[in-house]
Amino acid sequence: MPGTLAKAVALTLLVAAVLVPLWAVLVTSLASRGTIDDAGGMVMVPREIDPSAYITIFSGGDVTRAVWISTLVTVLGTTLSLVLTVLAAYGLSRPGSVAHRGLLFYFLLTFLIFPGLVPSYLVVTGLGLKDNIWSLILPSAISVFNLVVIRAFFMNVPAELLDSARIDGAGELRILTRIVLPLSRAVIAVVGLFYAVGYWNAYFNAVLYIDSNDKFPIQRVLQSYILAGQSPNVSGTAVSLPGVTAYPPTLAVKMAVVVVTVIPAVIIYPFVQRHFTKGMITGAVKG
Amino acid sequence: MSAPSVTPTPGRETPAGRPPPRRPRRNRRTLRARLRRDWPLLAMAAPAAALLLVFHYLPTLGNIIAFQDYNPFVGDDPLDAFLNSEWIGFGNFEALFRDPAFWDAVRNTLTITAFQLVFFFPLPIMLAILLNSIVSGRVRGFVQSVVYLPHFFSWVLVVTFFVQMFGGAGLLAQEMRQAGLEPWEIMTNPDTFIVLVTAESVWKDLGWGAIVFLAALSAIDPNLYEAAAADGAGRWRRLWHITLPGLRPVIVLLLIMRLGDALSVGFEQFILQREAVGREAAEVLDTFVYYQAISTQQWGLGAAAGLFKAVVGLALILTANKIAHRLGEQGVYSKS
Repeated sequence: MPGTLAKAVALTLLVAAVLVPLWAVLVTSLASRGTIDDAGGMVMVPREIDPSAYITIFSGGDVTRAVWISTLVTVLGTTLSLVLTVLAAYGLSRPGSVAHRGLLFYFLLTFLIFPGLVPSYLVVTGLGLKDNIWSLILPSAISVFNLVVIRAFFMNVPAELLDSARIDGAGELRILTRIVLPLSRAVIAVVGLFYAVGYWNAYFNAVLYIDSNDKFPIQRVLQSYILAGQSPNVSGTAVSLPGVTAYPPTLAVKMAVVVVTVIPAVIIYPFVQRHFTKGMITGAVKG
Repeated sequence: MSAPSVTPTPGRETPAGRPPPRRPRRNRRTLRARLRRDWPLLAMAAPAAALLLVFHYLPTLGNIIAFQDYNPFVGDDPLDAFLNSEWIGFGNFEALFRDPAFWDAVRNTLTITAFQLVFFFPLPIMLAILLNSIVSGRVRGFVQSVVYLPHFFSWVLVVTFFVQMFGGAGLLAQEMRQAGLEPWEIMTNPDTFIVLVTAESVWKDLGWGAIVFLAALSAIDPNLYEAAAADGAGRWRRLWHITLPGLRPVIVLLLIMRLGDALSVGFEQFILQREAVGREAAEVLDTFVYYQAISTQQWGLGAAAGLFKAVVGLALILTANKIAHRLGEQGVYSKS
């Protein structure tokens, strides 16, 4: 096959493009000051494993606090989002029920018309959510895309199953939790990952709504450490460097913050990845 | 037990197995009886509907402050300020359309959209075809796992990785300096910024974008390829006559969605890099709205720019969808 070599080269380059930066960041975060100085910056070849950067960031201070805030936001937010989205998807999964068409239209219309940034900001601040971590959760709690994906799954549950449960006297909530949900674990896992990643990655809402340093999520801290630290004349969205230590963070400390920010996605991802294609095909089904 | 199989059945509203003759009888029931039967379903949808009402539809209505000289200081809270602010008709829009910075932002946005349509949009299709041609399931699974991963990184992380690789203190610059070369200016060069943001987008979403094409490819009947090969069609002819037609509906759908979204090119990506490369290159419509409204407190002007974007975006997606229907494609929503 003449194309085989070209294919192999292309695939190797693709994989390397993703893995090399991850490798460089991980190795540098575990390098000692001497190794970093010898390399002149980012380290590619590990010489030793020096966890001092991680000890620094987890011995209290901005990063430790931000990891807690982001974890809290992610756990609270994902739970709330999943519960409300599953309930709504089930409520919308029975064509012919009262107000079904109108309600479906109400949800789907959000794909076509959006609020702008300014009115959204005014609503969130008007509700008194400014500088409150719920401002990172409530405005983005419902993704109608995720709702449509789950609903498409629910609608494929055989109607005989539901009917027989109903004849046995089960209520809707019971049917949902005992029959429909156990059949839909794959899609719940994928949507749960989508929500969790969204909350963990929340950056701009924090720029808009969170004023106090002690409520910054991890992305905001990462931005101020690396991107703002990189070019000191940055202003506007950038915040003044919140010192985790008395001295400016060394490269290893910065890279350790990057690793901490990456890790949740890398850990959860393999468990959910095999369901992606299924979830995406379902997503292509129109409501 | 595995999850129920998922077959895309557009337009079908009844779940399989529900006998059709029962429906007319149901519809004849009184509303009261139907409500008694269905109230749990309504109650289940209510909390999500309420959240959308407050955080989606209420701000959508709030766009009317685009017709006000909105001043947050004339009231105790945003609602009070809204009630007390002066109505100025299309004043904000007139000011907006006279502002050269606004047209710069529009031009940048459209340029980036066009550039990415040419240099980003085809790549996931190519990757999907490439992945689909790999026979070994293990190699394919490994490559897929790796290339999907960056989709789950935040923009802060993506820009961070690029800074650490290509920035002034990054890996590339450090290697070039050691080789006695003058490092290239990549992260801060306004002239090449469009290439940089496209490269970042490709790095983040190339693999993820391929998923939907992979799904479409797996739906193509393998017998078609065998028959074509038996008839002497080479690999390029098979690609042209079987693979691409098989992908056509998905390609058209995604093109429509991209066109409808022509005025959005991403937000955080630009906010994060605007200071490093300067306003001239990195100001897009979304960042313009942000800086007008929240940074310089010109609320009415920012709202006007946001409303302009929403209305033009809606018009674009409706137009693109209409064109798709004319071409005999299904589009984003069906005609009914």
